Amino acid sequence: MSAPPQNPALAAAIASTTRRERTTRAALLAPALLIILTISVLPLGITLVYSFLTPGTYGGVTWEFSVNSYLQFLFDRDIFDDTLSFNPAYLSIYLRSIGLALGATLGALILGFPTAYFIATKPREQRNIWLFLVTLPFWTNLLIRTYAMLLIIRDEGIINTVLMQIGLLNAPLTILYTDTAVFIGLIYSYLPFMVLPLYASLEKLDFNLVEAGYDLYANRLRVLFHVIVPLAKPGIVAGCVLVFIPGLGAYITPELLGGGKKLMIGNMIAMQFGASRNWPFGSAAALILMTLVILVLLVYARAARRKEAVHD
Amino acid sequence: MTNTHTGTVLADQGSADAHRPAAVSVQKLSKRFGAGPFAITALDAVEIDIDQNEFFTLLGPSGCGKTTLLRLIAGFELPSSGTIALQGEDITALPPHRRPVNTVFQSYALFPHMTVAENIGFGLRMLGKSKAEIGTVTERMLALVQLEALAGRRTDQLSGGQQQRVALARALAPAPRVLLLDEPLAALDLKLRKSMQLELKSLQAETGITFIFVTHDQEEALTMSDRIAVMKAGRILQVGNPRQIYDRPEHRFVADFIGDINILEATVLEARDGVATVRLKDGTKVSAGTAAGAAPTGEVAIAIRPENLRLAGEGESATITGTLENLVYFGAASNLHLRLPTGEDLVVRVPGTFAEGRYTPGASLGVSFQPELTRVLA
Repeated sequence: MSAPPQNPALAAAIASTTRRERTTRAALLAPALLIILTISVLPLGITLVYSFLTPGTYGGVTWEFSVNSYLQFLFDRDIFDDTLSFNPAYLSIYLRSIGLALGATLGALILGFPTAYFIATKPREQRNIWLFLVTLPFWTNLLIRTYAMLLIIRDEGIINTVLMQIGLLNAPLTILYTDTAVFIGLIYSYLPFMVLPLYASLEKLDFNLVEAGYDLYANRLRVLFHVIVPLAKPGIVAGCVLVFIPGLGAYITPELLGGGKKLMIGNMIAMQFGASRNWPFGSAAALILMTLVILVLLVYARAARRKEAVHD
Repeated sequence: MTNTHTGTVLADQGSADAHRPAAVSVQKLSKRFGAGPFAITALDAVEIDIDQNEFFTLLGPSGCGKTTLLRLIAGFELPSSGTIALQGEDITALPPHRRPVNTVFQSYALFPHMTVAENIGFGLRMLGKSKAEIGTVTERMLALVQLEALAGRRTDQLSGGQQQRVALARALAPAPRVLLLDEPLAALDLKLRKSMQLELKSLQAETGITFIFVTHDQEEALTMSDRIAVMKAGRILQVGNPRQIYDRPEHRFVADFIGDINILEATVLEARDGVATVRLKDGTKVSAGTAAGAAPTGEVAIAIRPENLRLAGEGESATITGTLENLVYFGAASNLHLRLPTGEDLVVRVPGTFAEGRYTPGASLGVSFQPELTRVLA
């Protein structure tokens, strides 16, 4: 059991290689770490600290510890006797936002699945053109696209004009500044985020499995639900996460298409930093939103891990 | 046959018994892909009748249309023209899920999101069978392919051979009237393939289901089939049992595709009663068998397998004499490559150790033809 004879030159070479690898790794990681620290961790820390402070009279904060921001989320403080009473106003904005984001996710799934399937079944050389068309809206700023949407769905917009011209409508259909407008806007904005991961899943689908399904007495609908959907599940989950999360925090769409009357979380937070001049409450609301998003991601990660575990 | 309409059934019962309808009957079946000048004819007016309980093989090189024919029977593609009947019932226009026919795919196409048992039960589940029935049949199928221990496994945890058995069990579970097999053994290694060939054959005998088997491996076709259809360029050239296909090929392509064969150019001098006298290019006269009912004339070819040629011993009269060019030893046998006076090559197969040290290149060797093992090809 003697140790192998030590070769000093070899030991030195190994040591220097190890050292060099460590330096290289640190140097490669540094830029990313710096960016994450300065534009993500640091602001997040500031937000966290601010959420526990007292609002300043003209915006900003005064350095007095307070948990009022979190209490304000659910309760009203009586100005005379300081008692707390339950106020669902903010909670309802969150629930509305979750409802709208879920609805938009479902809508995008229903619209995006056939699109992704269509592209995935095209000849390989044509698929890139279709994918390019799906990503085409990203070439224009979301703000401008949302304005365009506003012009289309307003009372004097193309939809209403055409429907009235051909006599289907007598009075314009009021869509703008309703939940429907926000819903349509959210689907429109985030549909590509649904189509792309769905396509990635469906493109890998072995179409022999579809034929095997037909061969084993499944009709089209049953092949869809027993074979295609289960196999596209990773893409469905990824697409839903990618639409739900930004949908939940959407700002421009509800601001423009909801007319600022139909608030979503994003508008409410912005309002606290603007007109309401309550930075601590804005910070707290932002952190509550972030917690919701992290919860969704945890559920997603767990689902993904379970799938992997089964596969190993 | 049900007796619901007694009168009419009785009227044709006799004839129905006399001609039991073919398991699969294909009439004037054509399939063209594409349109106009770019159309490709994958199948060209194919006609076959496949009997009940038959192990029928479609054999041919890639692109000959054998897989297209299988896919048309399964219903994955619709024919351009022609009809397909299953036990006398026209199924040409039925979608795949309404045909009592199941397929074993070349890639197996097992559902990766289901266990072995769920895969096997899938067809029955889609047919709306009860849980109890699905369970019983699945058990029986697992036993049939000896995979009882793996019922709860996911299919990606199985070896290639095991996946193959699951694919087979899944296709057999709904008790199809015809089982279609699309080169199911192509992905297996040689040893496993040999044992699966025998297993498939016995499975077919056991279940009594008509098998239609597609392969490009002539040896596989000869080992397993009751009958073989040799295909080329969308047409069926010859249908027959393995012995007929091997010993009495009717086309140059069939002769060449199956096993090794010598083909020599010849001119017909006389043909009568299935025997023709032909003259080789150097003037040698040879007798050879012809296809039933055929009366070949003019320029033809004769074909003879290397193992059916005999070297003429000392003092025996030889049909033809050639110069030994090369001797290739491969274990069980050796091939002697001769150059004939006609300029053509002739391969003679002799038992493995027979040729050792006995012949040297350049030697002149006499070869005798046996007329009954020599064939005239169109």
